[in-house]
Amino acid sequence: MENNNLYISPSPHIHSGDSISKNMYGVLIALVPALLVSLFFFGLGALVVTLTSVGACLLFEFLIQRFLFKKEPTLWDGSALITGLLLAFNLPSNLPVWIILIGAAAAIGIGKMSFGGLGNNIFNPALVGRVFLLISFPAQMTTWPKPGQLLSYLDGETGPTVLSLIHWDREAVPSVTQMLTGEMGGSLGEVSAIALLVGLLYMLYKKIITWHIPVYVIGTVVVITGSMHAINPQAYADPLTHILSGGLLLGAIFMATDYVTSPLTKKGMIIYAIGIGVLTSVIRLFGAYPEGMSFAILIMNAFTPLINSYVKPKHFGGN
Amino acid sequence: MLRTFRIGGIHPPENKLSAGKKITPLDLPEQVIIPLGQHIGAPAQAIVKKGDIVKVGTLIAKAGGFVSANIHSSVSGKVNKVDVVTDASGYKKPAIFIDVDGDEWEDSIDRSTTYIRECGLPSKEIIEKIAGAGIVGLGGATFPTQVKLSPPPGSKAEILIINAVECEPYLTSDHSLMMEKGQEIMTGVTILMKAIHVTKAVIGIENNKPDAIKHFQQLAKDFNGIEIMPLKVQYPQGGEKQLIDAVMRRQVKSGALPISEGAVVQNVGTAFAVYEAVQKNKPLVERVVTVTGKAVSNPCNLLVRIGTPVRALIEAAGGIPENTGKIIGGGPMMGKALVTADIPVTKGSSGILLLTKQEAKRKPVYDCIRCAKCVNICPMGLNPTFLMSLTEYTNWEAAEKNNIVDCIECGSCSYTCPANRPLLDHIRLGKGTVMGIIRARKS
Repeated sequence: MENNNLYISPSPHIHSGDSISKNMYGVLIALVPALLVSLFFFGLGALVVTLTSVGACLLFEFLIQRFLFKKEPTLWDGSALITGLLLAFNLPSNLPVWIILIGAAAAIGIGKMSFGGLGNNIFNPALVGRVFLLISFPAQMTTWPKPGQLLSYLDGETGPTVLSLIHWDREAVPSVTQMLTGEMGGSLGEVSAIALLVGLLYMLYKKIITWHIPVYVIGTVVVITGSMHAINPQAYADPLTHILSGGLLLGAIFMATDYVTSPLTKKGMIIYAIGIGVLTSVIRLFGAYPEGMSFAILIMNAFTPLINSYVKPKHFGGN
Repeated sequence: MLRTFRIGGIHPPENKLSAGKKITPLDLPEQVIIPLGQHIGAPAQAIVKKGDIVKVGTLIAKAGGFVSANIHSSVSGKVNKVDVVTDASGYKKPAIFIDVDGDEWEDSIDRSTTYIRECGLPSKEIIEKIAGAGIVGLGGATFPTQVKLSPPPGSKAEILIINAVECEPYLTSDHSLMMEKGQEIMTGVTILMKAIHVTKAVIGIENNKPDAIKHFQQLAKDFNGIEIMPLKVQYPQGGEKQLIDAVMRRQVKSGALPISEGAVVQNVGTAFAVYEAVQKNKPLVERVVTVTGKAVSNPCNLLVRIGTPVRALIEAAGGIPENTGKIIGGGPMMGKALVTADIPVTKGSSGILLLTKQEAKRKPVYDCIRCAKCVNICPMGLNPTFLMSLTEYTNWEAAEKNNIVDCIECGSCSYTCPANRPLLDHIRLGKGTVMGIIRARKS
């Protein structure tokens, strides 16, 4: 063996073997239970929306990287798959294909690639896509099919969600069991609390995320909605209903914990998570929209760089 | 619950392939090359010249300042030349070349294997003997031991901590020494306690060496004031500040010395060298070196004379495997990649690690995804990804404010990064620059 064949580089000389795609595919595995539940309750509609959203996100990722950035596409690092799946999870199962395509273009094109691609975006791409659609197509984005119509797509019978019911018709709110399993109207991935919590446990076990963000988001919502409920139980729903309804768990577990758009330090994560909890509660309780999770996360995404520059990690021997 | 340090940390695969292997003396080479700068501080000054005849233990270079160390000949023979040699840093440094002839030792050295337990010398004479023997920190930092044993005025040591952690993957030189030279090490510890006037010592051993823990707990029954503390396995526990935190639950402040918290830390190999120097009059002329690697046919622990070319060690372990991509002096986390196999073993050489081409190759680098894993594992509580960016943008002022100089270069950040970012490469560069700026400002 000749000397000129030796690699010379500074230490460390070994690597953990961790990779971006390992983490991304870990998140995808954690999303599988919620996907299965949505297929179970929304059948064909869920399938069409999911496939369209994931396919379109991959396509836009490929096209932009190849022809705009002119570099080798990193299509299978898993990030576009996650964006596609999470976007689908935030859509009603009767949304027409052309609207989903617009959503995917907004998510990947505006939310992710306009900032330079994975790692550089300020806002959660899937939420950018969702909010883009919510503002552009408010009617289509806020009518959800009732669960159990397995063979319907665009023609399903629609009904209100829990968050509308607690404002207008408290009697019709589904039972806690229905909300836990996901047998209620809503966007694809948000309905089943149990499936989402299984995903959370998997991600914690695999050390993909830490507990701080989900726990503090949920805790903050419990404290605020709980106090309001205690003051006036007639006007305000109980905290358990708030947690199990809408996109709260989906957002707290899968959207707010997005690596790129959440703070780096534990303390920063806690500030960010409390901010999301407060904003969501305020929008839900006093705002014009029944649901506030997407807006709350996007607003706190915008604060993440600020939080990162002011909140430092706990320094060894430090002050 | 076993103790460990309280901020960050990782647990890389241990790969202690040479664990349990007996220490084998390596045959004398034909020539040794003894660099004059084998320690932190000023290089030693050569006091021999071409043609001089030396024995094992003959002083050949004198300490070149307060922070410096004596260097002795590790062989008997004739000085061939005083020239330069490429050392582990990759630069050419002055060194003494000695052609080996026989194996004659200085008469003052007690070469018998008789164990001498009692030491009647006072502190001052112990430290003088240690300085005379050219002992430096053998864990790899190579800080001259006598300097560490002489606390600055106004500070007082309360406790001696012996670093028997050996947290680097692959390395087993300290472990093997502990299994074979237990009572000598314990006596060395007692001598060190006497030197710094403390009555309490703690030997910190990671829990992946249960045999060593058991052996030392047995030995400790015969020695006063020495506690054996098993520690939870976590890298970089062998870092001085991390070990103090693990053992004492105290964190040395940024920029401060361990003595500020009343601690003096010495490596377990150093304790053995102290025993030999004080009880046997033997200067530091040889040490245990682990030769290891997944492709190495016979991973082993060798007793090697200082100045022996690394190539001779690898030959003894079965030769350089065909697919070798990297030869590392030290462990995989903090060791240095050697430019050739002809670099000599020095006082700080704890191991030689051979990585295959596949293991040695770095993977493609992606943009930071801000997963914060580097922030979570940094044992100094720094923000590696931020420090890397600051270095890339040459923002030295902000880098200094964010404590870049506190980095201990343990490599945990680069090891962990899922985007394969060379965090430590950049931080090391930034740290050096900021330290230069601070020095310039002070002078």
